[in-house]
Amino acid sequence: MMKIESAKDLEVISEDYSKKLYYPEAVKVNVGIASCGIAAGAQASLETAAKEFPGNNGVSINQTGCIGFCELEPLVEIFEKGKPRLLYKNITEDKILDMIQDYRESNFNKKWILGQMQDPRSFLEDDIQNPMAGVTPLEEIPILEDVSFFDKQVKIALRNCGYIDPDSIEEYIARRGYQAFIRALKDMEPKEIIQAVKDSGLRGRGGGGFPTGIKWETCAKHNGERYIICNADEGDPGAYMDRSILEGDPHSVLEGLLIAARAIGSSQGFFYVRNEYPLAVKRLVTAVKSAKRYGLLGENIAGSDFSFDVKISTGAGAFVCGESTALMASLEGKVGRPRAKYIHTVEKGFRENPSNLNNVETYANVPAILLKGADNYAKMGTTHSKGTKVFSLVGKVKNTGLVEVPMGISLKEIVFDIGGGIPKKKKFKAVQTGGPSGGCIPEQFLGLGVDFDELIKVGSMMGSGGMIVMDQDTCMVDVARYFVDFLKEESCGQCNPCREGITAMLDILTDICKGNGKEGDIELLEELGMMIQKFSLCGLGTSAPNPVLTTILYFRDEYDAHIKDKKCPSGVCKPLFHYEIDDEACNGCTLCAKRCPEEAITGEKKKPHHLDLEKCIKCGICYDACKFDAILIQ
Amino acid sequence: MSDPCLAESIETTEIDYMELDRIIEEDFNNDKENLIMMLQEIQRRYNHLPTPALAYLSTSIGVPLSQIYGVATFYSTFSLEPRGRNIVSICLGTACHVRGGERIREKLEESLNIEDGETTEDQRFTLESVRCIGCCSLGPVVKINEDTHGRIAYTEVDKILEKYE
Repeated sequence: MMKIESAKDLEVISEDYSKKLYYPEAVKVNVGIASCGIAAGAQASLETAAKEFPGNNGVSINQTGCIGFCELEPLVEIFEKGKPRLLYKNITEDKILDMIQDYRESNFNKKWILGQMQDPRSFLEDDIQNPMAGVTPLEEIPILEDVSFFDKQVKIALRNCGYIDPDSIEEYIARRGYQAFIRALKDMEPKEIIQAVKDSGLRGRGGGGFPTGIKWETCAKHNGERYIICNADEGDPGAYMDRSILEGDPHSVLEGLLIAARAIGSSQGFFYVRNEYPLAVKRLVTAVKSAKRYGLLGENIAGSDFSFDVKISTGAGAFVCGESTALMASLEGKVGRPRAKYIHTVEKGFRENPSNLNNVETYANVPAILLKGADNYAKMGTTHSKGTKVFSLVGKVKNTGLVEVPMGISLKEIVFDIGGGIPKKKKFKAVQTGGPSGGCIPEQFLGLGVDFDELIKVGSMMGSGGMIVMDQDTCMVDVARYFVDFLKEESCGQCNPCREGITAMLDILTDICKGNGKEGDIELLEELGMMIQKFSLCGLGTSAPNPVLTTILYFRDEYDAHIKDKKCPSGVCKPLFHYEIDDEACNGCTLCAKRCPEEAITGEKKKPHHLDLEKCIKCGICYDACKFDAILIQ
Repeated sequence: MSDPCLAESIETTEIDYMELDRIIEEDFNNDKENLIMMLQEIQRRYNHLPTPALAYLSTSIGVPLSQIYGVATFYSTFSLEPRGRNIVSICLGTACHVRGGERIREKLEESLNIEDGETTEDQRFTLESVRCIGCCSLGPVVKINEDTHGRIAYTEVDKILEKYE
């Protein structure tokens, strides 16, 4: 096996594999195999196709990472030299063979195709010729880059997700992979690397938003055996970009770690991956093995005096382990309790040594910064938040998926232009960012440019990039209760304000949701919130009241409705509402009666139906099923 | 994880000590920093953490049993009690929550006639709620063993459970 010693060696591999990536002689089928794709049936699609086309008989079946438009999974891309590159949607196992035939016979069934790709090059490849130049686009098939879900996106951290086989280091290299690292190793002094990261304005993508270059610089100043750690313990519910990057492009993260190690002067790195992400671990293990094979990890990398190895550890289901000191305790095999950070981890962290910890997405950005230049990166974004950010756009939104957009883009553009707005013609209520540490942002701030500082100004935060859209059917008191319940379970319990404070908040919120709310509850929640924010030991506690405080600030009317009127206007808190059938709107289609699991709905065809409240369990099936808005929340 | 007194809990699982040695020494180098991963491997093998295995682990790597117990009860993936043949994980992440995950949990509890965290009498199912498995675009999501079922409707729950013996 060839060991990579120079940029030239990378070029040799790159030349060979970019042909396979961009100009395949056989029809190339790329099935998006990430956790969400698999859940939608992508693995079965891949297997069906691989069975039909074993070996290389004109069609090659490949896996790739998450293509991003999760709503339409399984997504399958298909192309061959000289023909258009098409992305087919909802390709389950029963459809995949027909889909391949559709492409080979050039029928191009519009109903199945999401769009045609005009330019598959990555952010790092703007100096090579566009492989699609000279291919005439199809009429009547939308250009993928113009589809509203994609047109505002700029893919840097996600530059290879959905384009390459994540298990192939060669394909990563073909898209300029490891060139930034070789440059950092051979042509740059550690100080220059740190300066470049500082100049880029890159801030930590895990939630804190601390300037990455400054963190690296401080860590490098402290003596001792330094460690480089990658925080892949993506605990925020509703965020899954780190999983997707690790599953779709693990080498980009590994290369980021290598560059950090070279800049800071470290010979040992760690990945701390969530136990809930087995596929990410598997892809990472393969990536580490192949990097070792090419001599990109291990002793005397690329013939230099730089040596670096990594270990992959898994967590065991503790949200608090996303906090740096808790994560490091967990890496040591201990209970993951945070400690007060009067001494920072860059000075004394893992094994009491200087430790640099960054998040997956942060590392994935680093190679792009070195290769395309810090200025180039800093051109994107706002004054204090540079570059792009990946968001997972989920909840009550039409186009759910992973989106990478320049910092500063408005919430409205994300939710309505990219996300396509709210399904079923319902009304937008709020968007929740920052996970359990964040807040709920109401409609009046939809014009807000999303960056680290603006989100904090409205009481929320960036967090790791979860963006959960909520509509008129989401009860904001219930959402606050949900997050506090989450945090109560996940509080490590060692400091009083967090452990007892959160429990007290949960008791009050649960009472309110049950209809036992009292005058003064809101004020008490606010007081408790202030106390927890001020006196908790770690970030989990200090940010825990955010979901409660922001919902009180922006949706106080809902709290009042629960407490004073004993009503849940959104129809979520079961003791506080009931369903009713609107006689005028009901046309007697019988759908609700058929679906009702308790047989609580009766009525003749084409005549208004009747709901028996005694039997009704408020499961909401009729409400969701009714196409005529005849089921009312009272 | 209800019994805090490990020594007195009744343990019937047969332990293969040779295999335990292999896990501790070969897979994880006898290194106490790997404790969490050793426990995961033991749980993968026995479906829970049998007390004798933990006692053996304690002497092998030189970590007090009390500390191992601390780790085993701190992290939510570990169970000190035997679990069912099929692990039903209902995702209660935010995206699943706003899309009706709670209702699916109620339905699962009703169908299996157990509460969150419990195991059916015939040892067929254990129901566990989990916080986000990262398939948020497909919410509500239920994971049974290694299979992820997305966009679950209330009415589909029983049909899905039937597939698991």
